[in-house]
Amino acid sequence: MEKRVTFRGWMLPLLLIAPQVLISLVFFFYPAGQAVWQSLFIPDPFGLSSKFVGLGNFEFLLGDKYYRASFVTTAIFSILVTACAMIPALFLAVTADRLIKGSGVYRTMLIWPYAVAPAVAGVLWLFMFNTHVGLISWYLGQFGYDWNHVLNGGEAMGLVVVASAWGRISYNFLFFLAALQAVPRSVIEAAAIDGARFWRRFFTIVLPLLSPVTFFLLVVNVVYAFFETFGVIHTITAGGPQQSTTILVYKVFSDGFVGQDLGSSSAQSVILLVVVGLLTVVQFKYIEKRVHY
Amino acid sequence: MKKTLIGALAVSTAMMSPMMAMAQTEIQFWHAFTGRLGDLVKAQVEEFNASQSDYVVVESHKGNYSETLNAGIAAFRAGEQPEILMVYEVGTATMMAAGGAIKPVYEVMAESGASFDPDAYIGAVKGYYTSSDGQMLSLPFNSSTPVLWVNRDAMEAAGVDPDTDLSTWQNVGAVLDELKAGGEDCPLVTAWQSWIHLENLSAYHDVPFATQDNGFAGLDTELALNGPVQVAHLTAMGEWAKDGKFIYTGRRNEGGANFRGGECALFTESSAGYAGIKSEAQFDFDVRPLPYWEGVGNSPQNTIIGGASLWVMAGHDAEEYKGAGEFLSFLSSSDVQAKWHQDTGYLPITIAAGEATRAAGFYEANPGTDVAVIQMTANQPTANSKGLRLGSFDQIRGIIDEELEAIWAGDKTAQEAMDSAKERGDALLRRFESANR
Repeated sequence: MEKRVTFRGWMLPLLLIAPQVLISLVFFFYPAGQAVWQSLFIPDPFGLSSKFVGLGNFEFLLGDKYYRASFVTTAIFSILVTACAMIPALFLAVTADRLIKGSGVYRTMLIWPYAVAPAVAGVLWLFMFNTHVGLISWYLGQFGYDWNHVLNGGEAMGLVVVASAWGRISYNFLFFLAALQAVPRSVIEAAAIDGARFWRRFFTIVLPLLSPVTFFLLVVNVVYAFFETFGVIHTITAGGPQQSTTILVYKVFSDGFVGQDLGSSSAQSVILLVVVGLLTVVQFKYIEKRVHY
Repeated sequence: MKKTLIGALAVSTAMMSPMMAMAQTEIQFWHAFTGRLGDLVKAQVEEFNASQSDYVVVESHKGNYSETLNAGIAAFRAGEQPEILMVYEVGTATMMAAGGAIKPVYEVMAESGASFDPDAYIGAVKGYYTSSDGQMLSLPFNSSTPVLWVNRDAMEAAGVDPDTDLSTWQNVGAVLDELKAGGEDCPLVTAWQSWIHLENLSAYHDVPFATQDNGFAGLDTELALNGPVQVAHLTAMGEWAKDGKFIYTGRRNEGGANFRGGECALFTESSAGYAGIKSEAQFDFDVRPLPYWEGVGNSPQNTIIGGASLWVMAGHDAEEYKGAGEFLSFLSSSDVQAKWHQDTGYLPITIAAGEATRAAGFYEANPGTDVAVIQMTANQPTANSKGLRLGSFDQIRGIIDEELEAIWAGDKTAQEAMDSAKERGDALLRRFESANR
């Protein structure tokens, strides 16, 4: 039988959810609605005239093979960022969890990168890999490897992925560590008595128990890779070389705020909204089934 | 916050001249300059404010070029636009197409009664900002043109005579071979690749970059940058890139750091790079005219400019326009221009300012500073060398950058890359046309 707490009347519950509803309306539904509306027009930048084109903006975008290619770039980028942000975080959390001495210092140090803004992180990594003055690119040169992310698309992608994932490792680390500490000792001890070694215990007991947190982080990190990495890309590659690091959200920015093409930019943000929405639905529908709470 | 600051400024200025406090009209001037250039702009504004008591120009920095344009556009949408807005040359077509948002400079000047002689301006400079019937739409403010910078020490170290004639690309090609053979790791580097190696290349050889007089004659313009002259040049550059004679460093002016650090022998960059190179270079350097392909097109025609101009925005009253007109007239005056030209390396916008600079002996004391002026003014600009007026030009430059990278990386031939740039750029031009018809 299900236990339920119910309110008498409607006023109090409505009042309680009102702030959240209001925030969603003002900061999400209103701008999103505006974007949908504007995506049907080609306006001039100054707002003097606006031509209704129906789905013309979408037609223009989807007919552009470079725009379609940017979906693939975005998929590769997001998968890499999510993987690079979550796997090392899990590894670090597991090692931190086993640490007895100095764990406080270790944890604090690991959390620091999260405080660095994406654009600043971008500049930091760019500085290390700068083909002209970069320390790491200089060392690579000493080993006979000619690092040149200015012309080599693969290297550029690698660099923006690392720069984007780096700060997120801290965030993921915090969640994994908290989840690990919530894993009951008794279960692990029982498995240890049965002769299961560390990694076996990890894969058969700990990892499944971490699945709710892992799932949450997966959703959050994918959304991060889609929307918030723009600062890193802007500072490191500006989408180049050629189009190898032009992800969807970067194109929204450059077409809208640099190119003044607000119609196309709005249409792109609508497409992005749909893509992320679908992705989240898929994640909840198919992956969440494998999550044990 | 900003408003109170401006208010405070106005109050303090008003207090300095209590007699005129009520009569002063405030003119907002938004620009994109920081650092030394910002200080120089500030000095110009202060000088103007001190020179008369009817108007107060309030200058404010709004970020880089595209941020400043964005700030102006957003302000216009909110009905709070400044009187004067600095817009980079790439945004020219955007501003021109926005007929209701701007007030052409020739109109402002005529109504304000400020002294204004359109013929006093250097043709190749003002041409970029005049309508096809010759009316000045915005006032050229900072203009530069590409030149060739030479590291004489690097040439000597590689066993090449630093006084070798580098006026043609044929000669430069031979020198690049010698530099490479002499052990130079970075024979040639460039800044602003689309501006120098396509836009200026086309003007310099008197071939079109786009149809309809490079967009001056109408919005129905198409790119023509896949012509034989451009393709031949980019093919040569691509070969040089493959052989390690041309080093690609990025889409903007990243190469400047390599050149100023003494790593590269030759550098194609704006004449406005002068201040930076002079202060940082620990080697003997030269300024030479931009090379051209001998026997190709009408070379050398003239090069075109880059930089920004000042636009007067719509929606203000007559008194404010009068003030704006006075200020623009002050900026064009020979003394102000000559000082600006000598301080910054930007081109003078009036013929008189150039002559005043020469008469003052500045060019003799600073050899090479007149190369850009000569290169710009050598010939009467043609329809191909007046400038460019293309909508969505910032995005088109982005496309060109991508395609050029494909050439440098050896992924595409010059012809394939430029055909693709034309196709992609034309799609944007058609979009701009349909939005502004």
